[in-house]
Amino acid sequence: MAVTLSERAATHVAKFIEKRGRGVGLRLGVRTSGCSGMAYKLEFADEIEAEDILFESHGVRVIVDPKSLPYIDGTELDFVREGLNEGFKFNNPNVKDACGCGESFQV
Amino acid sequence: MVLLQIAEPGQSDAPHERRLAVGIDLGTTNSLVATVRSGMAVVLNDELGRSLLPSVVRYTGDGCEVGYEAQAHQTSDPRNTVVSVKRFMGRGLKDIAHRESMPYLFDDAPGMVRLHTAAGPKSPVEVSADILRALRERGEAALGGDLVGAVITVPAYFDDAQRQATKDAARLAGLNVLRLLNEPTAAAIAYGLDNAAEGVYAVYDLGGGTFDISILKLSRGVFEVLSTGGDSALGGDDFDQRIFCWIIEAAKLKPLSPQDARFILSRAREAKEYLTFHGAAPITARLSSGEVVDLTLTTEIFAEITRTLVTKTMQPVRKALRDAKLGVDDVNGVIMVGGATRMPQIQRAVGEFFKKEPLNNLDPDKVVALGAAKQANLLAGNRSADDWLLLDVIPLSLGLEMMGGLVEKIIPRNSTIPIARAQDFTTFRDGQTALAVHVVQGERELVTDCRSLARFELRGIPPMVAGAARIRVTFQVDADGLLSVSAREQTAGVEASVVVKPSYGLSDDEIAHMLKDSLEHSRDDAMRRALKEIQVEAQRLIEAVQSALKSDGELLADDERARIEAAIVALQAAALGENRRHITLAMDTLDADTKDFAARRMDKNIRRALAGRSVAEIAGEESQ
Repeated sequence: MAVTLSERAATHVAKFIEKRGRGVGLRLGVRTSGCSGMAYKLEFADEIEAEDILFESHGVRVIVDPKSLPYIDGTELDFVREGLNEGFKFNNPNVKDACGCGESFQV
Repeated sequence: MVLLQIAEPGQSDAPHERRLAVGIDLGTTNSLVATVRSGMAVVLNDELGRSLLPSVVRYTGDGCEVGYEAQAHQTSDPRNTVVSVKRFMGRGLKDIAHRESMPYLFDDAPGMVRLHTAAGPKSPVEVSADILRALRERGEAALGGDLVGAVITVPAYFDDAQRQATKDAARLAGLNVLRLLNEPTAAAIAYGLDNAAEGVYAVYDLGGGTFDISILKLSRGVFEVLSTGGDSALGGDDFDQRIFCWIIEAAKLKPLSPQDARFILSRAREAKEYLTFHGAAPITARLSSGEVVDLTLTTEIFAEITRTLVTKTMQPVRKALRDAKLGVDDVNGVIMVGGATRMPQIQRAVGEFFKKEPLNNLDPDKVVALGAAKQANLLAGNRSADDWLLLDVIPLSLGLEMMGGLVEKIIPRNSTIPIARAQDFTTFRDGQTALAVHVVQGERELVTDCRSLARFELRGIPPMVAGAARIRVTFQVDADGLLSVSAREQTAGVEASVVVKPSYGLSDDEIAHMLKDSLEHSRDDAMRRALKEIQVEAQRLIEAVQSALKSDGELLADDERARIEAAIVALQAAALGENRRHITLAMDTLDADTKDFAARRMDKNIRRALAGRSVAEIAGEESQ
């Protein structure tokens, strides 16, 4: 299994990192919180920790900490546009139940 | 479904706590809304991918249209289509230039003009609110939620009335104002951060209706605004106006209907924009009167007819440099802001003045909104404040009322904030136990020409002779522009203070009531104050004469003494009344009647000081 980016997501991530001027990749993870148990973490990465698990997707390095991996393994991160709004969306096969807004979820 | 943005390391938002904030450039001609997405400032486009929202509102019988929709009716419905409303913000009728060539029905309401439209009378605040509401809706649609707030930019030159009007408009539009930010400062944020520039920079901002010049110092990521200046009634619109006049003259047109005037004005604007990339612009039009316009405007003619406007922008530039105590050679670069800076003659004039090519690698229409978005993101708490610090300046001097209604400036304009300044004052008459502190804002010398901010009294000063008390008055302006003033008598330690709060948070009715109140009472207050001052002065004179009579009464003949006592009684009676002229006359009489007495007392005191001492002794004392 792996954590991947859609091509559109990868294009945008690469653009954001270039604009930001620094960063070694994109860090994906989960935290416990929110109305439905878990929340996604989506951050620029400046450092890679020794235990981190690395993936490569369309030329972008994706970094996941080992504790988060079981909850998001198999996820594809997509970049979508809904009306005027645009942003990233986790397509996570592990999710059994999500709160209405999709910001937090349960596995 | 919430769409996620990429956060800085360790700063992912907790779910449902994302704080959506936008930066808004509320421009004279066009407005924009921007936000920070995944660490990048972006301008938010409408459904058709257009970034600009023309600052145009059209009122119809059953509502209003904003932006391009309204702009499309500029020529067909000029009276109900409001353009460049920013020029009217916080303005009375007499402040508005070129009123005669505007198609509106103005009404001179107290404080601010009103425009008569198909939807009834509209204040500039309401028109601006309609523009801001459209931007807020665009922001909420683009960010997928309610906004916690917005940073709205204003020209550095805006006075408090104009700033307050902008805040009121935002509130009417349902926006929480995180901060009003000076436009050039916002541009510097957009440029300074992205390009990591260091040194002294000038921001030359020629927008649709306003011109601003700011001198900024950037070092190690810290912005400091050294000085600002400008002209709140000079902008790209004036260049359109010059072309408009040129067309009328060159085509020998008769006086125009409002509709034709608007039509020719939009042709003038098109020609101006065309000349940015071409050597000559054709201008053709057929008017409702049947007259035909067929002209060619060349770059040379355009430069010639607008030369005085370009020169006019250079005067505030020189002044701002003087205020910053800098010369042209100290400036490392010039940032160009505002669509009007695209005009080749502007680029050339600025380049020649500063002896260097101006910076224009960011879109001059968007820089201000992008900078505002970055500031909004910071203020909404989405980013740590360690990265950069922003120092701002106060636009108008802050001072105190002195005897005679003169203003003593404590904090001069263009001082960087936060700032604290103290100055010592003293009592005016013997035994004075209270001091009235009147805080004013403005550049004029007379209190009556400045804006009154607050009044308070320091009481409990121990009685002592005039001039002996030491009262330290401290002015403090914090990073948010909030002013606090305190007065402290140094020997007894008594203290009084006042905080001048921004009136944000008040309801419209309260604001209207306050405005009305201050207008109604300002005249009475001034009269009452003048009367009070002269009554105090009369009392001081009576006390001084009475104490002299007590100690040196033997110097007077009986008739002289009777005359002085009669004059005292007359002055006491006059001082109880409210006729300032009577009091002044009675004081003059007493003054005249005591002239001889004063001279005799002086002689007596000198004789007493010299009695029984030799000339040598006194000479020796003097030479020591």
